[in-house]
Amino acid sequence: MPSKDAEANSKKGTPPVRVEALSKSFGTQVVLKGISLEVGRGETVSVLGRSGTGKSVLLKLIIGLHKPDSGSIRVNGEEVTKLPLKELNEVRKKVGFLFQQAALYDSLTIKENVGFPLRRHSRMSDEESRKRVRELLASVGMEKDAHKLPGELSGGMQKRVGLARALALEPEIILFDEPTAGLDPITAAEIDDLILRLQKERHMTSVVVTHDIHSARAVSDRVALMRDGQVLIEGTFEDLQKSRDPFVMQFLDGS
Amino acid sequence: MTGTFAFILTMPYSEMQVDQTKTFSDIGNWLVEFFEWFGHLALFCGRLIRSAVTPPYEIREFVHQFDELGSKSLPLVALAGAATGIVLTLSTRDSLIRFGAKSFLPAVVIFSIIKESGPIITALVVSGRAAAGIGAELGAMKVTEQVDAMEASAVNPYKFLVATRVLACMLMLPLLTLVTDFFGILMGWVANRAAEPISLQLFIHAGFKNVTFNDFLPPTLKTIVFGLLIGVISCFQGMNARGGTQGVERAATNSVVLASLFIILADVLLVRLILVFFS
Repeated sequence: MPSKDAEANSKKGTPPVRVEALSKSFGTQVVLKGISLEVGRGETVSVLGRSGTGKSVLLKLIIGLHKPDSGSIRVNGEEVTKLPLKELNEVRKKVGFLFQQAALYDSLTIKENVGFPLRRHSRMSDEESRKRVRELLASVGMEKDAHKLPGELSGGMQKRVGLARALALEPEIILFDEPTAGLDPITAAEIDDLILRLQKERHMTSVVVTHDIHSARAVSDRVALMRDGQVLIEGTFEDLQKSRDPFVMQFLDGS
Repeated sequence: MTGTFAFILTMPYSEMQVDQTKTFSDIGNWLVEFFEWFGHLALFCGRLIRSAVTPPYEIREFVHQFDELGSKSLPLVALAGAATGIVLTLSTRDSLIRFGAKSFLPAVVIFSIIKESGPIITALVVSGRAAAGIGAELGAMKVTEQVDAMEASAVNPYKFLVATRVLACMLMLPLLTLVTDFFGILMGWVANRAAEPISLQLFIHAGFKNVTFNDFLPPTLKTIVFGLLIGVISCFQGMNARGGTQGVERAATNSVVLASLFIILADVLLVRLILVFFS
């Protein structure tokens, strides 16, 4: 639909992430029921919701790890649901993903983990790539542990390294899957600060999936609260606080 | 995805007692599960082949896996080969003496090792060592989202993790079979030496006198098929693992059980085919 795209472009540029009427089920379990979400350039949107409501699935759909049952997902204007693997991989190189448990490669050291995407996709020399890995690790405060294996690090440290790895190819968009889950409040706040600082420095577009409202409030420009596979309410955090919806009130007070 | 084979093998005795009311639906479910398993395996193989033949090739990772597999399996197959040689010599010697055919001992031991014992022992030892290792490693990577992370960073896990391991298994097995054969024959001689003073030279000479290329090459090369089975089955189990540590445990166990079972079944077919084409 070129006319629609052209119109969108002329208004405010193609949104980096646009999800429309997306549905996904696993077997008989319906996870997403026609969810729609748009994230503007440089914007940070948090998707809030109870555990097990398909928030992580949404992120995996955006990067093409799952195929939706119906609906559209556009990343930088490209319809990822219909892209062949080769083109999908080109899109993936521009998107960083921080996994819930960091998902660092067990058999590789910290610096090899961070260097993995570089070694695969950039034309850097070994020396340049080593320098870049050092910089990335320094930016998340992990340069001292470069030689360790992931198993030797705490959960918070693994998240930092995961973040460094997600940033390796200088993505335009970054997806955070529960960046603060399983961390103590102080470490969680440190991770939030790190995300905020990186956003300021790099002006990235971010989608943060979380059930931690403190984290969502700290890092995001806009929040979307999910319920039953759909967005129940969307707006600034203040908009959410003004809502009289019993679920919204319960979610904000209960956590 | 347990797979019917693994399901049958790991079933506790109590479940084996036939409950008449359930039998028909159970058989139905079994059949569905059985065909479903093969269907998934076929899809997996299709994806594997597509990834393996299209560039870029993961040569560095392949070399790493080849080295890993070889170095970890080498001591085991050497030991298994040595034990096979000793056992074979001791038991055959006794039988041959009874038939007054003791002079055939070197030939019997060497033929038996290079034609059957060497290849199958190697395959079973490697299936215990490598299939469990691959099943557990890929299973753990799968359940901790490392496979997803790889895919998300635009690296095809079928190419990087699966194709490299399957190819390493296929190419390493014939080499390991040579090691098994070597130690089997050597220790066969040592075991025989304990009973009668025969030189290694004479033992080898007597044993290999009637061995042709067709006795040696096809049985050694058939282990490529065993390697393929080990690689494909363990990677398939690993990549389909789900459900935390239990899923990893299941992937590892099923890899060994199914790989060993398929190796033995495939051997029946391969021995027959080799007889048809090479004798």
